[in-house]
Amino acid sequence: MIQRAKALLYDAPPQPSIDTARTTAQSHFRTLRCGTPFQPRIDALARTNDWYNWAGYRAPHSLWDEELEYFAIRSQAALFDISPMTKYRVEGPDAEAFLNRVTLRDVTKLKSGRVHYTAWCDDEGFVLDDGTLFRLSPTRFRLCSQERHLPWLLDSAIGFDVTVEEETAAVAGLALQGPTAFAVLHDAGFAGVENLKVFDLADFPHDGDPQGNSQVTISRTGFTGDLGYELFVPSEQALSLWDRLMAAGELRGIRAIGYTALNRARLEAGLIVANSDFVTSEHAIRADRLRMPDEIGLGFMVDLEKGHFNGRRAILDARTKKRLRHVLVGLEIEGSIPAEHAIVYYRKGQEVGLISAAMWSPMAKRNIAIASLARPFGDTMVDDLWVEIYAMRELQYQKLMKRAKVVPRPFIRLDRRTANPPAGF
Amino acid sequence: MKAWDAIVIGGGHNGLVNACYLQRAGLDVLVVEKNGWVGGAATSRELTPGFLYSNCSYVCSLFRPEIMRDLELPRYGLQVISYEGGAVFTRDGDYLANYRDHDAHRREFARFSRRDAEAYDRYSRDVTRQCRFIQPLLMRTAPDPTSFRPRDIGELLYLGRKFAGLTPEEMALTLRFWTMSISDFLDEYFETDVIKANFALSGIIGTALGPMSPGTAYVLLHHYMGEVDGSVGAWGYARGGMGAVTKALAASFQASGGTIRTGAKVDHVLVRRGKASGVVLAGGEEISGKLVVSNADVKRTFLKLVEEKELPDIFLRRVRNFKIRGSSGKVNFALDSLPEFPALPKDSPVYRGDMHFTDSMERMERAYDDWKAGQWSADPFLDMVIPTTLDPTMAPPGKHFMSCFVQYAPPKVNGREWTDADRDGFAESVIAQISDYSPGFRDRIVHMEVRTPREIEVEVGLTEGNIFQGELTFDQLLFNRPVPGYAQYRSPVGGLYMCGSSTHPGGGVMGAPGRNAAAEILRDLAKPTTHMSPAHDVI
Repeated sequence: MIQRAKALLYDAPPQPSIDTARTTAQSHFRTLRCGTPFQPRIDALARTNDWYNWAGYRAPHSLWDEELEYFAIRSQAALFDISPMTKYRVEGPDAEAFLNRVTLRDVTKLKSGRVHYTAWCDDEGFVLDDGTLFRLSPTRFRLCSQERHLPWLLDSAIGFDVTVEEETAAVAGLALQGPTAFAVLHDAGFAGVENLKVFDLADFPHDGDPQGNSQVTISRTGFTGDLGYELFVPSEQALSLWDRLMAAGELRGIRAIGYTALNRARLEAGLIVANSDFVTSEHAIRADRLRMPDEIGLGFMVDLEKGHFNGRRAILDARTKKRLRHVLVGLEIEGSIPAEHAIVYYRKGQEVGLISAAMWSPMAKRNIAIASLARPFGDTMVDDLWVEIYAMRELQYQKLMKRAKVVPRPFIRLDRRTANPPAGF
Repeated sequence: MKAWDAIVIGGGHNGLVNACYLQRAGLDVLVVEKNGWVGGAATSRELTPGFLYSNCSYVCSLFRPEIMRDLELPRYGLQVISYEGGAVFTRDGDYLANYRDHDAHRREFARFSRRDAEAYDRYSRDVTRQCRFIQPLLMRTAPDPTSFRPRDIGELLYLGRKFAGLTPEEMALTLRFWTMSISDFLDEYFETDVIKANFALSGIIGTALGPMSPGTAYVLLHHYMGEVDGSVGAWGYARGGMGAVTKALAASFQASGGTIRTGAKVDHVLVRRGKASGVVLAGGEEISGKLVVSNADVKRTFLKLVEEKELPDIFLRRVRNFKIRGSSGKVNFALDSLPEFPALPKDSPVYRGDMHFTDSMERMERAYDDWKAGQWSADPFLDMVIPTTLDPTMAPPGKHFMSCFVQYAPPKVNGREWTDADRDGFAESVIAQISDYSPGFRDRIVHMEVRTPREIEVEVGLTEGNIFQGELTFDQLLFNRPVPGYAQYRSPVGGLYMCGSSTHPGGGVMGAPGRNAAAEILRDLAKPTTHMSPAHDVI
């Protein structure tokens, strides 16, 4: 028997290709950074040629002026391509139960046509990622995240009647954010979009599709703390959707923007970014960099009433034994010099943490930051905190020791974000 | 008669590294090399006019940058050209490539399995964690756990603290990693056979074990700890072949006043009253030296160069039992044109990287079955590179040098010595496999060198042709390498030291054994080691 198996192995010369889809995909090595479905439009607008690598895609840091792109978010309508965001389709009779097992929040409370911000942990209770969960139907979900989790999701799905598929490339996404965002959608003919409340989603017909049977999924969500929406279409419909919005938004000041502007808006909104404000557990080389939800401000998501979920035991244990070592806080720092990556001190001398994101906020008119501190600092001890800012000015560090105050996030609250119906500026 | 301060037996890379450090510490050092050239297993040989053969080791990554810096190897001409990737050809006419770019690598894996493509991050996180644990140990003398010297206790504490610094989960993984088979380890991450075969290669290279043998996971780690000029994990070609490494070392050694004698085969080490006092060459010439350092492997050194009566029984027995089994060979080709691989796009970077044809774990294990039966593998595992795609100095214009590392090849064929006919059969198994994926390959061959374990042992001096001077399994590492109680480069004979890959941290063109041995010798001589850079920090 062994002899026969051997003979089979040795005598088998290479067979002609059988899997053409696989061999067709070989050519990817020629393009290390892929374009998104919107790339032709974005390339046409890219005056600065200032690109970065977002999960293997060529994404703009800025397109024409990072300052003015930020103001487009706050005063007009900004269009940001979110297609590189990792997207998983989770579908099946057990989809709800499966996601309830994987993620921290109670998915049974997430109704069809709703979105919630959630996170998921490994068995040790360390955060694998945060993201948004879209309930597209009772049995169909879309999970959007920064990092990739297919092995984790598939392994967790054992025993559930559910399919998990990665659909990042198949689904194009756009964030339309800013005070005139609603008006742009309205003018673009998305009838009924005024009914969407924050975290609602619905499908709308897309007239750009010649067959007339294509749909746009629009959710009232975003990453800016402003009035805004996210739109998803099959990637073949991407360009017609872009054109539809741009045409409708011309008089509403619609502008395409890059990540630098968005990153400012998200910081004002107090939102965290995986692998920027915390290290995701599948990427942390150093074991002490792992974080539980309570250590990065996501403790509110943990639902201990809903039954078992991945990491529950470890999180509960850490809470009971008071083994939560870190805390993520918002800081307001005196002065106007941004404190990016500055060390946080107690009484100007004892090192207690690090700032992961900082800016002078044009909306709050304050110097704001997100920091990770070692408890009890930032938790029960919030006084006498300082940050040391090394501001490089013409080849010299101007060292500033500035007082920092722990403040709640978000740093800004805009009524227009949640107003119903949304205002048509 | 002149008495040298130190005589180094063998001009391989570790012998030369050791000699360089000793010479720079002010010793008067002689290197004696049996061949007419230096280099040991890191050589470039013009075996046919116009073609330089890296006929033993063939790629560069593990050589410690601290040593390159101390010995000024870039100044003495060493250039390493990194390459971007490689591939395993699959029997269905496709291939699985490895690309340096993280996202390209993921997309390539996704052609075979989207799940495995995304599992790579966790795999590389875990392997990186293990590398970070081991890497600081490479440039330190392993502690002797039976010793109560403050230094050994300090080093043991260092190891202990490093281990204690791990989380319980990491400790479990570490112990598993050191003892598992590469096949079991990969099963924890991947489900696609060709993807597992792709990674498993590094777990069996140079080792007389199969991918399903316990202990092979660590061998993989050994190959992940390298870099090219600071680019971690990169592999490259030394310009001018691997001999460029030892050429630069020899130039550095001679520039600092050292002496090399080639064509000087050592017959035995002179031992007087339990202490080494020089060497006797094959022709009978005596050379006296205050101390002797052997770059030869531990078996060759103590079973051939030192009289048995000078050695304790238990030491001898352990040397005899040290696993240094022949498992691989090489077939090197001069080609009159670049081979074509119809599966590969013409502009693929894979042409410039490492190529393999073993696309399943079972094929790899069955290749090992042949070895166990005392035969070379009918369907061998090849690690094949064409360095001339990046280094035109090694062949005439338009022509190419191709190096094929071949596994498995037993030290003896069916229990008898290799014959020339065996050697030809071994070469044919390689040519046949390449030809399956590269039509017309045979017609491009203008010259070929075939090295079975027999040729490697005779020509290079490696016992059984074992490229690592002893297998890298955990029972033969750290304070057990090569022999418990003699893991600090010293031997039962006073003034006789070891500096080859048989010693900690083991094989590969790394230079660390040669350097660490020099540090121990200088310690015994109470000489300063300020010219030796400490190991780079791992933070």
